[in-house]
Amino acid sequence: MTDIAPARPSRRRRSTPAAASPASTSPIRTRALTKRYGDFVAVDVLDLEVRTGEIFGLLGQNGAGKTTTILMLLGLTEPSGGTARVVGLDPARRPLEVKRRVGYLPDAVGFYGNLTGRENLRYTAELNGLAADETEERIGHVLEQVGLAGRADTATDTYSRGMLQRLGIADALLKDPDVLILDEPTTSIDPIGVVEILDLLRSLVRDRGMTILLSSHLLGQVQSVCDRVGIFAAGRLIGLGTVPELAAQFGGAAAHLEVAIAGDAEVADDPATRALLASFDGVAAVDWNAASSSWHVAVSPADASGRVREALLRAVLERGLRLTSLRVLEASLDDIYRTAVAGMAVAGTTTEVGQ
Amino acid sequence: MTTDTRALEPGLEGRSAGWRIVARKEFSDHISSARFIVLLLVLGAAAIVPLYFASDAIRSVASQVTDTRNAFLALFLFSPSSVPIPNVFNFVGIVAPLLGVAFAFDAINSERTDGTLPRLLSQPIYRDDVVNGKFTAGLAAITVVLLAVVGVISGFGIVRLGIIPSPDEVVRLLAWVVLTILWVSLWLAFGLLLSVVIRRAATAALVGFGVWLLVAIFGQLIISLIAGVLAPVASAATAEEFVSLSALSATIARLLPLTLYQEASAVLLNPSVTTVSTPTTVGQWQQWQQQAQGQLLSFDQSALLVWPHLVSLVALTAACFAAAYIMFMRQEVRA
Ligand SMILES: Nc1ncnc2c1ncn2[C@@H]1O[C@H](COP(=O)(O)OP(=O)(O)OP(=O)(O)O)[C@@H](O)[C@H]1O
Ligand SMILES: [Mg+2]
Repeated sequence: MTDIAPARPSRRRRSTPAAASPASTSPIRTRALTKRYGDFVAVDVLDLEVRTGEIFGLLGQNGAGKTTTILMLLGLTEPSGGTARVVGLDPARRPLEVKRRVGYLPDAVGFYGNLTGRENLRYTAELNGLAADETEERIGHVLEQVGLAGRADTATDTYSRGMLQRLGIADALLKDPDVLILDEPTTSIDPIGVVEILDLLRSLVRDRGMTILLSSHLLGQVQSVCDRVGIFAAGRLIGLGTVPELAAQFGGAAAHLEVAIAGDAEVADDPATRALLASFDGVAAVDWNAASSSWHVAVSPADASGRVREALLRAVLERGLRLTSLRVLEASLDDIYRTAVAGMAVAGTTTEVGQ
Repeated sequence: MTTDTRALEPGLEGRSAGWRIVARKEFSDHISSARFIVLLLVLGAAAIVPLYFASDAIRSVASQVTDTRNAFLALFLFSPSSVPIPNVFNFVGIVAPLLGVAFAFDAINSERTDGTLPRLLSQPIYRDDVVNGKFTAGLAAITVVLLAVVGVISGFGIVRLGIIPSPDEVVRLLAWVVLTILWVSLWLAFGLLLSVVIRRAATAALVGFGVWLLVAIFGQLIISLIAGVLAPVASAATAEEFVSLSALSATIARLLPLTLYQEASAVLLNPSVTTVSTPTTVGQWQQWQQQAQGQLLSFDQSALLVWPHLVSLVALTAACFAAAYIMFMRQEVRA
């Protein structure tokens, strides 16, 4: 897994300065990056590349090595082997330059409780050498972005966990970074807040050309916001790519269709319809889903899905059936993740990531 | 496991003043903290109370002998004969370590428990800026407290007793303040070391104050026991033996930093002190003055006398600070 296959271009539009940088200067790139604690290998020969202007999601079970990887990217922990390049620099040798251009939200972010949110941000601004005249405006702006402007002048002692996390995101954005690294950014944020934060991340990528690396356990959020995803297990990257790519890799190479035909609801699990659906070339399995009163059709290989749909439509016309729904089910990251992690448990460390 | 090595990043050396920003923030935290106010009040009261009781004696000395030299410094040297309270410099010698530990025991570990350390270290500053800044801030807070206390005592002497310090006395007093800051910074460095090594601030505070108690109360006892065994001065048969055993005994006593500080204080504050012991009552004082007629030490002679003490204190402080520094640089960011 030395190189990443030429995947589709990012869904997001890129701003001009970001697009101008050649592909060789990916904002984050690691080569055989390794971290050992004694005999324990926390990160095992990791090759990772995050491209300019994308949102990259890191998944993995507890202790998989996500935080350790992030700490090495920031120069906060020295790698035991391999190299990392962040904004083109080695964080182990040029930590200041890297930290000046990378915003970081730690997983259990904390603030000085005796200071207000605004004062905490002011300290960060000073440490970043922000000019005094633009500091206040900048602080007001980031507080607005994370929806904390109303509570900015109370001591952070009194903040809830989610408010601290929002302030942490504001803190990471304060220096107007080129790269944003967020370790579990939304774990304690309320559902509506999460939507706002994810929108914010998208707009930062779209308008500012920022590159974002985030780790999360909330697969739905990752699927909705990330361009590409890397799945970690025991310090190794066992899956990498867009959600459809991962689905092809781990989803048993199957595509899934949802088919509903009027009249079926009364005759649940109609054997005639079942036989019809099963007769198409490429259909691997047909299941009746009572909850949605529809058929769940698994197609294998995945690229036979188009042929199956075509055949179905023809059959519907020929027989005069009333098709009420035909939907290609998007692979869920949840299933992919489950398969990937379970596969890892079975295969042990011999699993090779193919692209 | 230091990754933030300045040598590797020469281009940024000039720009980084991270320690100053850290120090400024920590200092403003210190002076607005409850512990600062409490320590200021306690030390202020501790300086004023003995002075109040000793003032009658000092005034009588001042009126008896019109040109008593160094009457001003007597403010710091006298203990009241009426109540059992140590004089100012002894008292500071005992209490100052508390000051040092109090301003440092939670310097690093509280950043860990509050979860602010990874955030702080992900800002563009060197890792040692954090320790350096915190040490500097502690030193500044201590200096403020000590200057306030010395100011109160001097003000009391000038206003209430009408004793105006001579230039020589001012120099000696300032030298003593510097010595005391040095003495406290040893404990500050020790507190910093504890805050790096011990993950819980409460445990670090307990250990710090425990060591302080040990030194303040049992230190001299233990040292004199050791000296009694190794250098039994009383059993000396000949004069040479007596002299060499006394010297050995004094050397053993100096293993205790408190002895270093007290000896140096005595010499700096009292021009007539050419040896270790100090007059602590008015009677002794007058006796010493008479004995020492015409042979008071000049300031630089006194300074020369305590030079080894100063060097030893600086070395001890540097050792403590270096230990804290190195351990912090090697620690993982995560607790
Ligand atoms: N200082 C340390 N000493 C020894 N082992 C450590 C140390 N820090 C981390 N580890 C180990 O490294 C492994 C990876 O930890 P890491 O924090 O990177 O996991 P993670 O993927 O971020 O997990 P989570 O999802 O729980 O945040 C864990 O097994 C952890 O026990
Ligand atoms: Mg983690």
